[in-house]
Amino acid sequence: MVVYLSDTETVDRVFAALADATRRDIVTRVLRDKASVSALAQRYAMSFAAVQKHVAVLERAGLVTKERHGREQLVRGDVDTVRAAVRLLEQYEEIWLDRIGRLEQILAEPTGGDRP
Amino acid sequence: MTVVSMTRDPDALTLTVVAELAAPPSRVWQVWADPRRLERWWGPPTWPATFVAHDLRVGGGAAYYMTGPDGEKANGWWRFVAVEEPRLIEFEDGFADDAGVPDPAMPTTWAHVELAETAGGTRMTVTSRFASTEQMEQLVAMGMEEGLRAAMAQIDGVLAEG
Repeated sequence: MVVYLSDTETVDRVFAALADATRRDIVTRVLRDKASVSALAQRYAMSFAAVQKHVAVLERAGLVTKERHGREQLVRGDVDTVRAAVRLLEQYEEIWLDRIGRLEQILAEPTGGDRP
Repeated sequence: MTVVSMTRDPDALTLTVVAELAAPPSRVWQVWADPRRLERWWGPPTWPATFVAHDLRVGGGAAYYMTGPDGEKANGWWRFVAVEEPRLIEFEDGFADDAGVPDPAMPTTWAHVELAETAGGTRMTVTSRFASTEQMEQLVAMGMEEGLRAAMAQIDGVLAEG
């Protein structure tokens, strides 16, 4: 099943969230394995609060979800949203693939694209 | 498929498309130089492009609009930075407001088009360069909308066939 990002606002949020290298790294990690914010914070040279902020941005974009586990909150990557974001990147390439397809049709005409 | 490669370099903010075309450079040049040919392939079938101006020389520009399925119009402009027939075109590509005036709030890309003669015809290399990651993302997001609209139109077509 293909999951599409439903509206422009969602798209903006997802890309704003992914525009940051730390956040991209967090997403990659929690896609593989869920992790607590404190465990994530140990991996980056920044404060717990800063990492928590990054996670909150990712959560608002729907790229990660949080679940309570005892005293801790575990962060988990949302595969569907990430996949949809990847699809989005591929779309720009598709625009060019489509253009070249049309361009070739014009070149294939005996007149090289002159209208009769 | 004649697309040889598609290279996305997020650090350099470029997307490079290489295609092998079965026509000599002089004919490939025409699909860029002749606005009537250009508008047949630049926009997708659901958002066809109409070029109202096309002055292919250094310092010259082009103006076009794309018409959506509901009649809505999106305006764009090009400014030619380098023109060397029949092997090189470099231009800036941006969005314009309803009156066709370039919109500084909207992203601008640089396109570099090279046509090289090969045994089978022409190798066309198109490099798009974005000003920032955010801009690349903004354009990609717009591209997705365009793609989605095209897909939706196809679905509508199938439904209409019953």
